[in-house]
This record gives sequence, C-alpha cells and structure tokens, in this order.
Amino acid sequence: MNAILLAVVGLAAFAIGYGVYSRFVATTIYRLDPNFKTPSHELEDGVDYVPTNRFVLWGHHFTSVAGAAPIVGPAIAVIWGWLPAFLWVVLGTIFFAGVHDFGALWASVRNRARSVGALTEDIVGKRARSLFMIVIFLVLLMVNAVFAIVIANLFVDFPSSVAPTWIVIAVALVVGYLLYRRGVGLLWPSVGALVVLYLFLGVGQVLPISLPDGVFGLAPNGLWVIVLFTYAFIASLLPVWLLLQPRDYVNGLQLFIGLGILYLAILLANPTVVAPAINPNPPTDVPPLVPLLFVTIACGAISGFHGLVASGTTSKQLDKETDARFVGYLGSSGEGALALATVIACTAGFASLGDWEGVYSSFAAGGASTFVQGGAAIINQGLGIPTAFAATLLSVMVVLFAATTMDTGVRLQRYIIQEWGTIYNLPVLGKGWVATGLAVAACVALAFGAGEGGGTGGLVIWPLFGATNQLLAGLTLLVITVFLRKLGRPTIYTLLPMVFLVVMTVMALFIQLGTFWQQQNWLLVSMGTLILIAAIWVSLESFSAFYRARQGATQPGD
Amino acid sequence: MRATFKTVQDFLSEFYAAPYRSAVARAKRDQDDLFMLMVFAELLGVENPATYYTLELQPLLYDRFHAWHTRMGMERSPLDHFRCC
Repeated sequence: MNAILLAVVGLAAFAIGYGVYSRFVATTIYRLDPNFKTPSHELEDGVDYVPTNRFVLWGHHFTSVAGAAPIVGPAIAVIWGWLPAFLWVVLGTIFFAGVHDFGALWASVRNRARSVGALTEDIVGKRARSLFMIVIFLVLLMVNAVFAIVIANLFVDFPSSVAPTWIVIAVALVVGYLLYRRGVGLLWPSVGALVVLYLFLGVGQVLPISLPDGVFGLAPNGLWVIVLFTYAFIASLLPVWLLLQPRDYVNGLQLFIGLGILYLAILLANPTVVAPAINPNPPTDVPPLVPLLFVTIACGAISGFHGLVASGTTSKQLDKETDARFVGYLGSSGEGALALATVIACTAGFASLGDWEGVYSSFAAGGASTFVQGGAAIINQGLGIPTAFAATLLSVMVVLFAATTMDTGVRLQRYIIQEWGTIYNLPVLGKGWVATGLAVAACVALAFGAGEGGGTGGLVIWPLFGATNQLLAGLTLLVITVFLRKLGRPTIYTLLPMVFLVVMTVMALFIQLGTFWQQQNWLLVSMGTLILIAAIWVSLESFSAFYRARQGATQPGD
Repeated sequence: MRATFKTVQDFLSEFYAAPYRSAVARAKRDQDDLFMLMVFAELLGVENPATYYTLELQPLLYDRFHAWHTRMGMERSPLDHFRCC
C-alpha cells in the first residue's frame, strides 16, 4: 500500500461527502433556506452578532476545532493497524462529524444562536442541561491534563522545539501591540511573525533546551508539566486581546502551512505504508478494537467539543443559513484531513515494519511524538528538508495547538467555577485568581494522580477523555434529533450516529473501569464511574426525550 | 496589486478579529463602564477628585450614559440631576 493512494482515497471521500452527502442533508433534513434571517442579521450588534464572510468564518471555525486531539488520537489508534483508523477517520468524518457539526450550527441558528447547552434545556429538559455542564467540566479537566503531558513529552523528545515555542508568546505580544496600539495592518506583521517563527526553528536546532533531571524529585516531563500549568495560570488571567487572540492567529496560519507541507511531502515522496492493515500481533496491553477505537479517535472522526464552538461563536456570525453547510460540514472535513495526515505519518513514516513495531510496543507508546517522528521522515523524503528541522517544525505545530487549547480550557474552567461561586453564594470563588488556582490545581491533581506519577496521568486517561468527548457529541446529536423530530423531519441520519456513539462509549467505559479497578487506581475508577453514570443518564434522557417528541410531533416540516 | 494587498489585509483582519470580537468588545465595554462610574461618581455619592476635569465631558457622554444605565437594567436614568431619557 502506498501513502498517496491512502491520501487520495481519503481526501476524495471527504470531497464526495461534502459534495453529495452534505448536500443531501442540507436539502432533505436540515432544509436550509437562503431567505431565512439569521441571528447575525436579526440581532446584529457589532459585537457578538456580526454577519461574516463564509470563507473567514470557515477559517475561524476550522482553527477553533482543530487542535492536538486529532493528532494524538489517530497516532495512538494505528496500533490496531492502519485500516481501522483510516476507516473510522474517513467514515466518521463523513457520516458522523459532518452531520453533527453542521447540525449543531443549524439548530443553533434556528434558535436565535443559542448554545447547545441552552438548547439542551429548551429541547430536552433541565436534567439534561445539568448533565451537559458536568460533562463539559470533565472534558475540560481532562483536556488540560492530557495536553500538558503531550507538550511536556514533546519538549523532552524534541528539545529543539522549546525555543521556537516560547518565542511565539513574544511574537504574539508584538503582533497584538502593532495591531491595537499602532493600527498597523495585519499583512506585514503576519509575514514577520512567520519569518521569526521559522528562524527560531533553526535557532532551536542550535540551542536545544532540556530541563535537569531530579529537580523537586521530578523527571523533566513532570517538571515541564508544572511549568506549563504555571504558564496556563498566568495566561488565562491575561486579557484575551493581549495573548490568546494573537497566539490563536499565528497558530491558525501555522496550521495551514504545516498541513500543506505535510500533504505536499506525501504526494512527492509517496512513502510505503509499512504498518499492517490490521495488526495481527498487537502488544498484550492493547484493549479490544471494538469499542476502544471509537473513543481513542474522538476528534478527527467526531467530537462533542465541536458542537460547543459551532453553537457558541460560529452560529452568531453566520451570514446566510445556506453557509452552514460550507462552514460546519467542511470545518469537520478539515479536521478529518488533519487526522488522515496523522494516520499516514504514523504508518508510512517508518523505514520498515520492524521499526514501526519497535515504536508501537505498548498501547500508550504512540502519540504526538510518533506523529512528529513519522511526519518528519516523510517531509525529508518529499521536500528534502532535514529530518531534525522537519521534526522541530511539526512538534512546534502540535505544541502550539495543545498550548492554545490549554489556555482556553483553563479559562473556561475558571468561568464555570466562578459561576458555581455565584450559584452557591461563595464570593471567594468569584475572584479570578482563586477560581483559576482551583482549576489548575484540579488539572495538576489529575496529571499527577493518575498513571505512574510524575505528571504522566494525561495519556493514561486519553481513552477516558475520548469517551467523555463522545458523550458530549451524543448529547448534541440527541438535541438535533429531538429538534428534527419536533419539526416532523427524518431523524435516522442523526439518531443512528447517536445510538452508535452512546453504545460504543458505554462499552468502552466498562472495559476501562475494569482495567482501572485491576490497577487499583481509585481516582480513575471514580472518574470513570462518574462518566459511566452520565452515559447511562444520556441513554435514558435520549429515550425519554425522543418518545416525548414522537408524541408531540405535530408540526409540519417547515 | 494594491487592491490584492488590500483584499488580503482585510481577509487577515477578519480572520484575526472574528473569534474574539465579542470578548474584546466586552473588555472595552467594562472599561467604559468603569470610566462612566468615575465620571459620575459624585452623583452617586462617591467623592471624585477629577470633577473639575470631567464636568465638561458630560454633554459628550449622554448617549453612553443612556446605554450604560439601560445595560445595568435601569430603564430610566438613576440620577435625579442627570436625565438623559
């Protein structure tokens, strides 16, 4: 099997999915109306509700949903062989993620751009809304713990990526300053930011930075986790325009360039996929493919987090309802393309099957570092860029994704804690630094409390994170399905993915709980039980809400 | 050529602003609200050392003051001596 075939088949499938299936969904199920007055026009205020060009909105939506997760998940899941990961990424994107993201956007636009959380209460009920808040908090908690160790491992494995990663903070501050204080247009600062970033990739080669072993009794990975959470604590308290906004922007530009370089290299190098289609001899600790594949690859196939973005900021800026297909469906296809590139990098970026098996020696052995290693080899073959430089480029790309998500994740957790402070009349929780401190402390406890200590807990809980994320996606699909049912439209296209996701998630949770129980890891047993209860709750709510909608489905189609 | 540069510039500006438009506008509005409080402090019973300088700004602030008290949930101006609506 050669990699070009895999890339061409995958990308062609995405194109057909967009051209055919999304058109079918748009005309038959969601029935997009070009004359519908979207909230961006109806409630236009120049702040939240602003009609936005669909290409710009797609770029914003795509970079908001594409993070490190569509890289880490597939990079772990290819341990079952390239075929299951490839099929789930391609089919999951076309039939699950596209319909989910597109549907969340459409349902929100049809309900005055309300978020999925608010829609859950309106359409399904108050209990489901409470469940939604719990699941969101758990997802954020795990995202931060997971991404901290992903970044830490990349810093340890590729010390050349440390300098360019941190220089991005300075670059972002300068871009923000030039834009807001000097009124400079963005073209030249953007070019300058990228030039500085790529120059520092070279500087990183000359000045690799490694932390000493044994400080506070921690290995370098654990120490980096502490440094990263300290940074996240500070960053999430800063105004968004100062750091987060320009960082996200530079990150978005870097995503398009990095993805372009990787696909171009695949086309020019045409490497051979050395991994087996289905791994006949997986390591002993690898859990069963069904159901764990479907929670190991969450983002990149389907992800509940996308529903939050689609119904959060994107729906408020959609110019025409017909743009929802382009922005929502194609946004998820973009993330599918990133996951597909990861599958190829992690299966074709090795010289031989022996090399591949050497890396994939245990379930959690694969990950972002494998993607960087494999991708760098392909870039070297295809474009002649030195492997070490290419590895730095890719590792910086992944680190920037993960770091931006961490910044946002900690900030969102802070908001939830502050909201709880208001609800339960605890003014102390209203203080920004207290709420942020609690959010960071919870993440640190998880990072150091799970796994074998030393901050490595993140990767151990990866499948648990995937399960929670899929549960969120299931909830969003439930909301869309009940809404469709109330409108008297076909529900099978959202109902089937929802049932599939919930069944796979519950099965995966049972298996994981068994493993955590055997390991006597009570922290993970508690978290897993909490998520399992939420999953069963989702199933019951689904049944009840769907039954009620069926009874009350008296409205005509439009 | 110039038109192309302008198009690219506009596109990048939109790409930069779109995700955070709301958060930045909120931060600006919070600052404006604080400023408003400073300007009208003594009318609310808080001594304001900058009165002399802020008094002449009042005619310029009617519209913003109106937007502020509406946003704070007060249909009419809360200050007896300062009616904007």
